[in-house]
Amino acid sequence: MTALRAALLALLLAATPALAVQPDEMLADPVLEARARDISRQIRCPVCQGESIDDSNAAISRDLRIIIRERLTAGDSDEQVIDFLVDRYGEFVLFNPRVSGSNLILWLAGPAMLLVAGGIAFATFRRKPTPEDGLSADEQARLEEILKK
Amino acid sequence: MIVELGHFALILALMVAVLQTVVPLWGAQQRNPALMALAAPAAVTQLALVAFAFGVLTWAFVVSDFSLAVVTANSHTLKPMLYKVSGVWGNHEGSLLLWVLILALFGAAVAWFGANLPATLRARVIAVQGSIGVAFLAFLIFTSNPFWRLAEPPLNGQDLNPLLQDPGLAFHPPFLYLGYVGLSMAFSFAVAALIEGRVDAAWARWVRPWTLSAWVFLTIGIALGSWWAYYELGWGGFWFWDPVENASFMPWLLAVALLHSAIVVEKRESLKSWTILLSILAFGFSLIGTFIVRSGVITSVHSFASDPARGVFILAILAFFTGGALLLFALRAGVMEAKGLFGLVSRESALVANNILLAVSAFVVFIGTIWPLLAEVVIGRTVSVGEPFFNAAFTPFIVVLAVILPAGAMLAWKRGNLGRALAGLGPVLVLTVALGGLAFAMQTGRSALGPVGVALAAWVVLGAALDLWSRTGRGGNRLGRLFRLPRADWGKATAHAGLGIVIFAVAALHSWKVEVIRVAQLGETFPLGAYEITLKDVRQVPGPNYTSTMAEMVVTKAGAAVATLYPEKRVYPVQAMPTTEAAIHQGAFRDLYLVIGDPQPAGGWAVRGYIEPFASWLWTGCALMALGGLLSLTDRRYRVAAGAAKTRLAGVPAE
Repeated sequence: MTALRAALLALLLAATPALAVQPDEMLADPVLEARARDISRQIRCPVCQGESIDDSNAAISRDLRIIIRERLTAGDSDEQVIDFLVDRYGEFVLFNPRVSGSNLILWLAGPAMLLVAGGIAFATFRRKPTPEDGLSADEQARLEEILKK
Repeated sequence: MIVELGHFALILALMVAVLQTVVPLWGAQQRNPALMALAAPAAVTQLALVAFAFGVLTWAFVVSDFSLAVVTANSHTLKPMLYKVSGVWGNHEGSLLLWVLILALFGAAVAWFGANLPATLRARVIAVQGSIGVAFLAFLIFTSNPFWRLAEPPLNGQDLNPLLQDPGLAFHPPFLYLGYVGLSMAFSFAVAALIEGRVDAAWARWVRPWTLSAWVFLTIGIALGSWWAYYELGWGGFWFWDPVENASFMPWLLAVALLHSAIVVEKRESLKSWTILLSILAFGFSLIGTFIVRSGVITSVHSFASDPARGVFILAILAFFTGGALLLFALRAGVMEAKGLFGLVSRESALVANNILLAVSAFVVFIGTIWPLLAEVVIGRTVSVGEPFFNAAFTPFIVVLAVILPAGAMLAWKRGNLGRALAGLGPVLVLTVALGGLAFAMQTGRSALGPVGVALAAWVVLGAALDLWSRTGRGGNRLGRLFRLPRADWGKATAHAGLGIVIFAVAALHSWKVEVIRVAQLGETFPLGAYEITLKDVRQVPGPNYTSTMAEMVVTKAGAAVATLYPEKRVYPVQAMPTTEAAIHQGAFRDLYLVIGDPQPAGGWAVRGYIEPFASWLWTGCALMALGGLLSLTDRRYRVAAGAAKTRLAGVPAE
């Protein structure tokens, strides 16, 4: 029984779409289709591990790709389509995190770190250099010992 | 029985590692040569024991011993032998055993090649390396034991994930681990030097070969993984800014920074504390990478909860080693007073800029990787961070790095003259602008990425060539002198040129890719860029442990035959999982990349085709970087045992 079910499952999986964007989803208008592709590359598949819906084979990704194309055909702008998806699936689906609220920390962390690092480097550079130290007490003692020989 | 012997060897290795940690440390403190002398044999014994355990696990996979839980979960009698062997590290427990094996290997390498190190430093390095071994052996034995037996062994196994049954992925983890774990050497040297209270040019000279070899392995490992993603995942992408990829990229970036700052310590006795800090951080990020991959915490907070023991254990290891080393660093900052002074315009300051850019870019990758976790845990906001963020936030640092590289590489030490360096680079600048302009004129799109990539790459590659040429001095026979330059000079130029070529290939792949997705009937011909593709035939072909749907596609260009390609779609019945096997025709200037999809209800097959411009340049560039590292490594002056030979020579009386 389980063997039969496994075989059936294998058949089913083999029959389900195993590739990302399918020819039958694509729009005839190349401009709209290009916009749809651009958007779908930025939308995360809600059930996969870090794949965009453009690359994903999951059924929900296919649904999302079709929704994007429907919204674009209905005349939505790119932003409206993205807002439409975020309203329904949450910010989680955005691979490009919005530059707002707490996400500002994320976006500004790099430049801020650069300023800090540059500042430290410059401050270190400006600091009056200490003249090269002589020998430590230990080394001085050893030197005298050697010289005595 | 033999499995129990392996298990026993592993436990014994843990005990030896404890000895290897405690006794030499104590001996070095007491200046007791007998106790310090225990370090080397302990390290070698630990290696022998771990190697034996690893051999036993490999044997269990080869003979398909399904009484072992790991073998049952990851193998199958029908699996080809190569993947039975690579299946050893294709799972959590086995890959950790590989990690520990490499760790022990590096420890033993210090025992074998470290004869020229001061006795106390050598004992301490081996002891610190041993302490990392203790932590990971304990982790292995207590939370992820590969020798766990099943009470009722099944008749057959559950097979390895089909995506992992691939030659590229078979060798990806070992190289990556050699790199990750290789950075433990820089860490051990840094901690030993802090305990010792001495950081000088000689120290930097010992550390560099180890860091360099770790970096070479890391480069090869990352490139193999990227190459695998390119041909296996079926749409020609090569880098996805996935947390697991980032986990390997952060230590790579820091290792590059470390290599460059160690040069300053070695040549000028400056940047000491920063170099020590980088050594600690580079290995710290290797540990973070292990934590990310092994705990699953980033892909989903919930998968972490499903097995918190492992995650908490690695977190504890991470906290102990990084925290402990940083504490030691803070206590001993005084011993690292810089000696060499340098001007604002000098090779040193250019290398400081290099280090800042690399460290900050690693930090950007880090915050982008952990932000989803931070945002969810701290603020309760569920966000994702993906390719668009990294492209926007990471790339600028690399662009600036590439811009300053050729000028910085030619500046004089201590006090340079920017005007003179730039004047020398004048012809390179002219060529760079010309090539960028040419690329802009030739491309059809409006994207600036392609031409900018070409210009940056030309700037870096030609700059590297000029740098090498300028070392031949003046006067006649410069060509002869060119080939007698030290290997380190050649290594530097080769690795820098490799970086330039990688920049070019990435820009080209992003801006000039051609794509076709469509339905093709049997016998139908469709265009792909300047090529015509004919779908000749689709047939079912049986494989050893899968069945394949194989298409025959004929590629022509203006009627002339180019190639016949056989893209496949495989189904692995045991794991009930389909994989795509793209067919790739590699060329010097482009790859043709064909994929067969599903049969369509209205007849015909879904097909995809890509022209991947300059794809092979990406792997060539990575290979050049690794080759550059190898060239430097074989330089007489930097060989691991070089000092030893020299000491013996110096022993000859001068009278």
